[in-house]
Amino acid sequence: MTSVAALMVWPVILPLLGAVLALLVGRPGVRLVAGVASVATLMASSMLAWEVAHQGVLHQSIGGWGAPLGIEWRADGLAALMLLTIALVGPLISVHALDHFGDREDREFLPLWLFVWCALNALVLSADAFNLYVTLELTTLAAVALIAVRRDLPGLDAGLRYLLFALPGSLCYLLGIALLYGAHATLDVGTLAQRVQPGPVTWVAAGLVTVGLCLKTPLFPLHVWLPPTYTGAPTPVTALLSALISKGSFYVLLRLWLEVFAPVMDAQVGQLLGVLGAAAVLWGSALALNQTQLKRVVAYSSVAQIGYMFLVFPMATSGARAGAIYLVVSHAAAKASMFVAVGNIHQAVGITALGGVQGLAHRMPFTFLAMALGGISLIGIPPSGGFIAKWLLLNEAIGTRQWWWGLVLLVGSLMAAAYVFRILRGSFLPLPPGVTVRSIPLGNELAPLALALIALVLGLVPWFPLDLLAIGASR
Amino acid sequence: MTNTWLPLSVLLSSLLPGLIIFLLAEEQRRTRTLLNLLAAVTKLVLTGVMAWGVYQGRQYETRLTFFPKADLVLRADSFSLLFITLSAVLWFVTTIYAVGYLEGTDHRSRFFGFFSLCVASTMGIALAGNLLTFFLFYEMLTLSTYPLVIHRGTPEALRAGNVYLRYTLTGATLLLAGVALLYSLAGAVEFTERGALSAVAAHRTELIVAFVLLIGGLGVKTALVPLHGWLPVAMVAPAPVSALLHAVAVVKAGAFGITRIIYDVYGVYLVHDLGVMQPLAMVAAVTILYGSVRALQQGDLKKRLAYSTVSQVAYIVLGVSIFGTASTIGGLVHLVHQGVMKITLFFCAGNYAEELHVHRVSELRGVGRRMPLTTAAFTVGALGMIGIPPVAGFITKWYLGIGALEAHQPWLVVVLLTSSLLNAGYFLPIVYSAWFQAPREEWKPSPRRWEIGLLLLLPTVATAVLSLAAGLFAGAELSPLGWTRLLTEREFRP
Repeated sequence: MTSVAALMVWPVILPLLGAVLALLVGRPGVRLVAGVASVATLMASSMLAWEVAHQGVLHQSIGGWGAPLGIEWRADGLAALMLLTIALVGPLISVHALDHFGDREDREFLPLWLFVWCALNALVLSADAFNLYVTLELTTLAAVALIAVRRDLPGLDAGLRYLLFALPGSLCYLLGIALLYGAHATLDVGTLAQRVQPGPVTWVAAGLVTVGLCLKTPLFPLHVWLPPTYTGAPTPVTALLSALISKGSFYVLLRLWLEVFAPVMDAQVGQLLGVLGAAAVLWGSALALNQTQLKRVVAYSSVAQIGYMFLVFPMATSGARAGAIYLVVSHAAAKASMFVAVGNIHQAVGITALGGVQGLAHRMPFTFLAMALGGISLIGIPPSGGFIAKWLLLNEAIGTRQWWWGLVLLVGSLMAAAYVFRILRGSFLPLPPGVTVRSIPLGNELAPLALALIALVLGLVPWFPLDLLAIGASR
Repeated sequence: MTNTWLPLSVLLSSLLPGLIIFLLAEEQRRTRTLLNLLAAVTKLVLTGVMAWGVYQGRQYETRLTFFPKADLVLRADSFSLLFITLSAVLWFVTTIYAVGYLEGTDHRSRFFGFFSLCVASTMGIALAGNLLTFFLFYEMLTLSTYPLVIHRGTPEALRAGNVYLRYTLTGATLLLAGVALLYSLAGAVEFTERGALSAVAAHRTELIVAFVLLIGGLGVKTALVPLHGWLPVAMVAPAPVSALLHAVAVVKAGAFGITRIIYDVYGVYLVHDLGVMQPLAMVAAVTILYGSVRALQQGDLKKRLAYSTVSQVAYIVLGVSIFGTASTIGGLVHLVHQGVMKITLFFCAGNYAEELHVHRVSELRGVGRRMPLTTAAFTVGALGMIGIPPVAGFITKWYLGIGALEAHQPWLVVVLLTSSLLNAGYFLPIVYSAWFQAPREEWKPSPRRWEIGLLLLLPTVATAVLSLAAGLFAGAELSPLGWTRLLTEREFRP
């Protein structure tokens, strides 16, 4: 058993090793090292997922320090699915980044991305509230460096904005778990779940933790930093932020709510989170419809999609949990594909406005196919992972007799259809005169397509991820 | 003995060639055409084998795990075969027509790629064995027809595409709400003869709400008034696309879905019991009359045909929403008859536009001399639409009329007669002036042996012949009528 559970360290150690090595070797070898580390981490993640699928939940105490104070790791189906998502989506984004950056940024982007990967994997596997804090912080700091990797003004501005919101978020979270530790003398999530009682301390702690994580994710109305940050960051970094990094804090929130807070909190708080989520869906979609910059449309769409995920809290059933996680995973693939495609378009014609897509459908067929497939998943039309997520949430809304959340889902997808097709339809027009289309490397065209295909496959064989994330779902 | 691979093969026979065609370069005309025709012929053969098997009582079902609790089911029953056979045959002729029609234009790989995806979706809709599978393919159809509607890439086409999406996606949202509601009541409802909801028949309110949502969603593609607005606008698409939208794919998918809901999801007795049939029949009656009146007002030939479709497809809905065997037979058989006749008319309109650049009804004077075969085909289609024997349309109206009387709803006979008069009012003047007025001077004799290229002429004549044959041989056991009678008897067996 221990030997199998020891597999858990590899998805964290391998990217860390890769990052350190990549920093050391410098320019000539950085791509090779990053490539090898990526493949190795993907394999380690897949093996771990395989074991979880066949043996159930795995536990591991790092360095022999177990609960209640040591470093306790736990791999259940949800963690395995997240590891797989990061391992598939992240490297495809970094493939796109290769051509996006110059040599210097390349040298810095790849190690930084490997650090983020390491931190995210550790976050996904952590089973105690303090380690979740540490990994969350690591992710944030590496992300700030990534945003500013180009050392230009928009990037620095975006990085600073992100830092200014993410730091108070971390502090809130830290304060919350300090309260919990003071009251219950444990940080282990499983033990906390047994010890928490309804009462002022729990309520304040839960409030702080929730606000902190909502700042980082971000949930409406704390999303104000998102559009400028997503727009200012280099496109591959935006893709990482939206697809993976923002999911880290949501993952922590989901874990703590469903496993610790939900039983002891007033149902009204869940409803409040749902209301904010619904507001995010409507507000984000409405603003996405009003943007004139391509990248901002996609950025506001993230505000809306995060809103859907928060609909899990008022329903709080296993079906809704599956729906929210399914959305996390398929949104990671679909949104990454959209952002990478936007990056391709920018590289090809140098236009950031929405009209820049005119006439490109035939010049960049793979990019636009990716955009279409990714967009379909965002809207939630089958066949796509987004549809499965929407379907699961819709069924729970009807099943728990809270049909108004279903209404939000349906209205939200119509609005998503409006902003997605607003992008797509222009590509069918003839190429405007005076625009030259630079050819971009095939790898850059294929990366978004591969990401979009992940979203498509999620819509074709949903039983596999659903079976996986049911493992260890309720304790 | 159940055959598990044939339904999937029928689906793949258009899906795979479609995907390959996307990858072909624009100049690979021969390869593309060959692939298209090969796929169409393969599908015809597979469909033929399956039709024969079902007639002999064999089972065809492909079942794939989708959710832990719901499967993707492709199953060939006699109703799906009615639709599949229609699609397979008409797709074969439309492919030939489209190859001829689009000769020398841009983006043909894209066109034929989406064209094949569109067939694949229709096959999926026809073969779907439960409501969830049906919904998946219904959405795929929307997505694969949108690029065909905006194919020309003009601002007008894009606007039409917007209208199309606005209607169909809103419809899909309603449909999804209905499907989810039924799913929470009864799981992934499998299509079953005489209905699958008897176990939950006590939940009357939920069932009625779900029915309204489902029919409202499907009514958009069926173009039931007031959800029909997209259809005339979508006329900007190339002629083969219009032919396809009107005869086989989109509107028929809606009508097919409504029939499935009434007969194989709820069951006709339950729908009757819930009291939702009469309102649906009224909507259909209003659509029939409104479509005909609007058709009468149109000066553009394709627009006139479009409103005529609005009216004609409502015959199908009318037939299935009157309680009784005769009307059901009339409605179901019109699924086939309207398809064959309407595609003929659209081919003709395409031929006139392509050869003589004629788009308006008033410009068709004397066209019979210049293009006799096309005009003859048009005449057959038009007479069929009016309901004059021996063309297939007569059979439909005859059964619908009998059905209305059997159900003691004589007002419907008045609707049918009025509509026929209106049909005559907007078709007969065209036929008259085409044959009996002097042709326009500027039309020069055709430089070819025939009035128009054979790729355009042969499909037109073939479908006209089919419209006649479906009427003349209606008594045969394997005619559309014979097949429909067989399956209607099963639905009404108590």
